Amino acid sequence: MPERGTMKSKSGISKTMAVLAIIIIVIGIVAAYYILNPYTTITLNGAGATFPEPLIKKWASEYNKLKPSVVINYQGIGSGGGIQQIKEKVVDFAGTDAPVKDEEMTTGYLVHIPETIGAVVVAYNMPGLTGTLKLDGDTIAKIFLGNITKWNDEKIVALNPELSLPDQNIFVAHRSDGSGTTYIFTDYLSRVSQEWANKVGMGKSVDWPVGVGAQGNPGVAGLVSQNPYSIGYMEIAYAYLNNIPYAWIKNEFSGEFIEPTLESVSKAAEGFLEEMKEDVRVSIVNPPHPEAYPIASFTYILLYKEQNVYGARTNFEKSNALLNFIWWVVHEGQEYSETLLYPRLPPEVIVICEELLRSITYNGQPIITS
Amino acid sequence: MPPPLLFGKKESKRARKFLSGDSIFKKLTLIFALFILVLFLLIFYELYSGSQLSINKFGLGFLTGVEWDPVHQVFGALPFIYGTVTSSIIALIIAVPISLGIAIYLSELAPRRFRSLLSFMVELLAAVPSVVYGLWGLFVMVPWIRDYLQPFLESTLGFLPLFQGPKFGIGMLAGGIILAIMIIPTISAVSREVMLAVPDTQREAAFALGATRWETIRVAVLKYARTGIFGAILLGLGRALGETMAVIMVIGNRPQISLSLFEPAYTMSGVIASEYIEATQEIYLSALIEIGLLLFIITLIMNVFARLLVWRMMKMFRGAKE
Repeated sequence: MPERGTMKSKSGISKTMAVLAIIIIVIGIVAAYYILNPYTTITLNGAGATFPEPLIKKWASEYNKLKPSVVINYQGIGSGGGIQQIKEKVVDFAGTDAPVKDEEMTTGYLVHIPETIGAVVVAYNMPGLTGTLKLDGDTIAKIFLGNITKWNDEKIVALNPELSLPDQNIFVAHRSDGSGTTYIFTDYLSRVSQEWANKVGMGKSVDWPVGVGAQGNPGVAGLVSQNPYSIGYMEIAYAYLNNIPYAWIKNEFSGEFIEPTLESVSKAAEGFLEEMKEDVRVSIVNPPHPEAYPIASFTYILLYKEQNVYGARTNFEKSNALLNFIWWVVHEGQEYSETLLYPRLPPEVIVICEELLRSITYNGQPIITS
Repeated sequence: MPPPLLFGKKESKRARKFLSGDSIFKKLTLIFALFILVLFLLIFYELYSGSQLSINKFGLGFLTGVEWDPVHQVFGALPFIYGTVTSSIIALIIAVPISLGIAIYLSELAPRRFRSLLSFMVELLAAVPSVVYGLWGLFVMVPWIRDYLQPFLESTLGFLPLFQGPKFGIGMLAGGIILAIMIIPTISAVSREVMLAVPDTQREAAFALGATRWETIRVAVLKYARTGIFGAILLGLGRALGETMAVIMVIGNRPQISLSLFEPAYTMSGVIASEYIEATQEIYLSALIEIGLLLFIITLIMNVFARLLVWRMMKMFRGAKE
């Protein structure tokens, strides 16, 4: 028995010793790390819209290569979540597809910086169709209102005289989750159709008169590709990457049918330059530009106009790093847009972004002075 | 061997008793048990306070409202309640007979070697993540429903309003079937366990009285195990009521109340998962939280109701025995 006792206590001591040793070593390593590398990195946190997430993450990693001391995190938690987080002051910037109204800015004025443009295409699935479907705003609104139910409706036939359209019911697919894509699409429909504006209106989720709802771009794409004679809307990059055919949309100012491409979407941003100088939050759907694809909208980065609102969590260096990053985003950062299938900002819009960035202050003093 | 001393031999007996392992263990487990209760109350309180805005604005009309229009901020929960309850009922109607068949075969009839293999497969099915069921449902089951099941139902039972309407494949029927597939493993695995627990003396007694195999199963096994089977069905129902992702992918997500099972519908958990992230207005958010509160209450009522039924059945069963 005594031997067993001593054995036990011996092994007990050695176990405690081992645990203590591990703790001490870990503390030592952490302390050494901080002593040897004085805290020089600046971490910028952002959250919000999922639509620009791949692009913002690309920017973050490229910018980190240029300036290793700046680390940028972005979480695609949705525009609503992003706005909430910047209001609670837990992130340094937020991403949103739909602009924030003045009366909703309860915690300080938020400057909107457009960083890229989102475009929505009207995708369809029509077996045996040779050629591309052409549609105009009023017809799309009537299809999604349920007023047009057949593919060989005279309105669709009139727009597509060279196509032979089948006598089939139209299967309408839409998003069921709240999304910026729905916001852009319903914004466009409200603009081109009075009936849509009165009955349904615009928003990230709406009360759809007809159709079947699916989750996310992949869900709608799945519905459209699964169901013959269907129509749905989705983000341009998604339809492009998945080879889903999409319609050319009539530009109301030139009467031309415009193929959605990165260039034609980018031109949509040039349609409202005067209005944008007044307020950058203006909607750019259905723009008065003859070559523009009409279903497009900016997606924005939100920044506090007065940066010193985070209390002890911020300092001038951090705000400065943040603004330098956003400045880089709207200039050099745009080089990365098209490879990821996002349209570039037109030069005139970049000038507007510069003005907006110069208006941001720290303790009332402008941060960017050049 | 005496329990190990925590503070050496000098401690008084009383302290030792106070700090004895049993007493500490008892208190510790009590704390854990209370923790469940606290958690339950906290969830209820959070949901209730979060939905205050919506409760004040819509009152009881929220329960009967059929419109869900975030743009004009009109919210009613009835289509979602209808969707959740109906899809779960369809799932039970399909799943219960099949699951009981599986359970009876596995516990009573299957050859021993085959039994363990099949049981293992059933339990494996229960572990498949729901989003996998959803993907399979969307890409395999929905086209099958559209191309074969719906035309068949329409041509045979089409005189019922249940089986009229658009044949998209997607809709209430698809939601119910995917739920049924998902709850079959749960119900059959638990029922099988319950049936295996029936003492062999029961079976032997039935055989001795000259019962056939089927009569033995009916009288000796099913009757004896019915409370447990009922519990298994409840477990399945619980899963069906709360299931979100797989249903979202096949039910069509349209807040409407339609007699037709071919029409799209929407569930309560579905609308929360879909719209919560981008709900920016306060009243909208509050309405979604109230849906959560209602789902919580409905699940609670279903469980209480089922518990009561189980108790009554047990009482009747005991009465019959005496």
